[in-house]
Amino acid sequence: MKLTALHDVHERLGAKLIDFGGWHMPVQYGPILDEVTTVRTKAGLFDLGHMGRVHVTGKDAVRYVDSIATNFCAKIPTSAIRYSLFCRADGNPIDDILLYKEEGGSVFIVVNASNTAADLAWMREHTKGFDVRVHDQTDELGMIAIQGQVSRDVLQKLVEGYDLGQLGYYKFTFATVCGIPNMRVSRTGYTGELGYELYVPQRETARVWNALSEAGKSHGVAPIGLGARDILRLEAGMPLYGHEIDATHNPIEAGLNFGVSFAPEKGDWIGRAALERIKANPTQRLIGLTTDGPRVPRQGTPVFRGAEQVGAVASGGVSPTINKNIASAFVKLGCDQPGLGLEIDFKGKRQACTVQELPFFSRTRK
Amino acid sequence: MTSKTMRPDDRKYSESHEWAKQDGDAVLIGITDFAVAALSNGNDSDLVYCDLPETGRDLAQGETFGEIESVKAVSDLNSPVAGEVIEVNHKIEEHLEILSRDPWNEGWMIRVKAASKTWASEKLMNAAEYEKYLESQKH
Repeated sequence: MKLTALHDVHERLGAKLIDFGGWHMPVQYGPILDEVTTVRTKAGLFDLGHMGRVHVTGKDAVRYVDSIATNFCAKIPTSAIRYSLFCRADGNPIDDILLYKEEGGSVFIVVNASNTAADLAWMREHTKGFDVRVHDQTDELGMIAIQGQVSRDVLQKLVEGYDLGQLGYYKFTFATVCGIPNMRVSRTGYTGELGYELYVPQRETARVWNALSEAGKSHGVAPIGLGARDILRLEAGMPLYGHEIDATHNPIEAGLNFGVSFAPEKGDWIGRAALERIKANPTQRLIGLTTDGPRVPRQGTPVFRGAEQVGAVASGGVSPTINKNIASAFVKLGCDQPGLGLEIDFKGKRQACTVQELPFFSRTRK
Repeated sequence: MTSKTMRPDDRKYSESHEWAKQDGDAVLIGITDFAVAALSNGNDSDLVYCDLPETGRDLAQGETFGEIESVKAVSDLNSPVAGEVIEVNHKIEEHLEILSRDPWNEGWMIRVKAASKTWASEKLMNAAEYEKYLESQKH
């Protein structure tokens, strides 16, 4: 298993560590639901060193990205970030990604840990005909997120010569943080809260983590593991590869149209034709389910309307924020109206649930 | 975290972390402190659900008789002993914290009339062997 630059820090904090996408990562430092509440009421620190970070440079970088990614890279303003996907010709995703559009036309891409190798192979396979270089920066950069209402106040203490209040949602800048110049700071996250992600030179990662931890102490900032991260993103209605999207779940039916551009000016891209067909004729839709029952919906749990199975759970969990068990689920069209009562089937025992639109909770989505 | 204290020596243990203890003519079955800790990580409220069988059910050795669920995952409950379920501790289903407090006595789950008087010799571990087994599971 690979270790992030913060591995020793997690062990010292007494974290429970698990294999996640080939990395030894903290799943929790304390009770998972308490960690969720910490992020919702104060802020939390996340080690994201496992995520893949890829720099695409060269004069054709943007045109190249537009040929392999679903969003319209050429239309992204400089210093802005957009959600996007890499899809196969059948329209099903290899991964979902963030595109950072840089001055001068280079693109920085953040991908999922479990898919990094597949993404890099995919990217390198499709460089033919473009003047581009694909540079894997995963091992040179650490990555830390601070998420929650007090994140700006805490991070600002470590930033010199830049007012974080100027940084809009899904924008990034290069700032001096902890005395380290030109650190990429983006206002992004996976929690539905105000928050930032920092791309830190590997050898400085532990120092920056400790500084954030120290600066956040009086605000109640605490480290947060992958267990809480999964609940936070599910509450915020954000997809996780392998659940809401994967080799058999396309982004259109998962409600990710905002990350897919069919603009004629974008030209052709891999998966476009298939996704256009799906868009014209979808058969199912990703919705939210809440249930007052004790059972927690899990991936694959069948969803019924009367005697008919009408869908299945994509992700499920306990939501301390809305104090119910929640799920995202694909249900067939006609069974997706908010307020509709359905049933979740736990090996033959039914539990009532109610359809709602995603997200369950978010401070960032309008 | 695994408790350092020795587990009770008056019963047998299974690899899926259930225990079985002779109690008069019957056998009590429950789960170990290790199982509870693995599910709940030392936090009572992480346990959300437990489903136990009805009395009268015949169980084979290793057969799943129920489920226990935490915030993170669902685990099957497997019977270390073949026999008929003659009593069920339904109190646990409403008070999962009992399992954290006292998995060895108050936290018994089912009482089984064992199919064989020699159930204790069948592929189960004693406390010392279970301790070693837990050690061997660490990486």
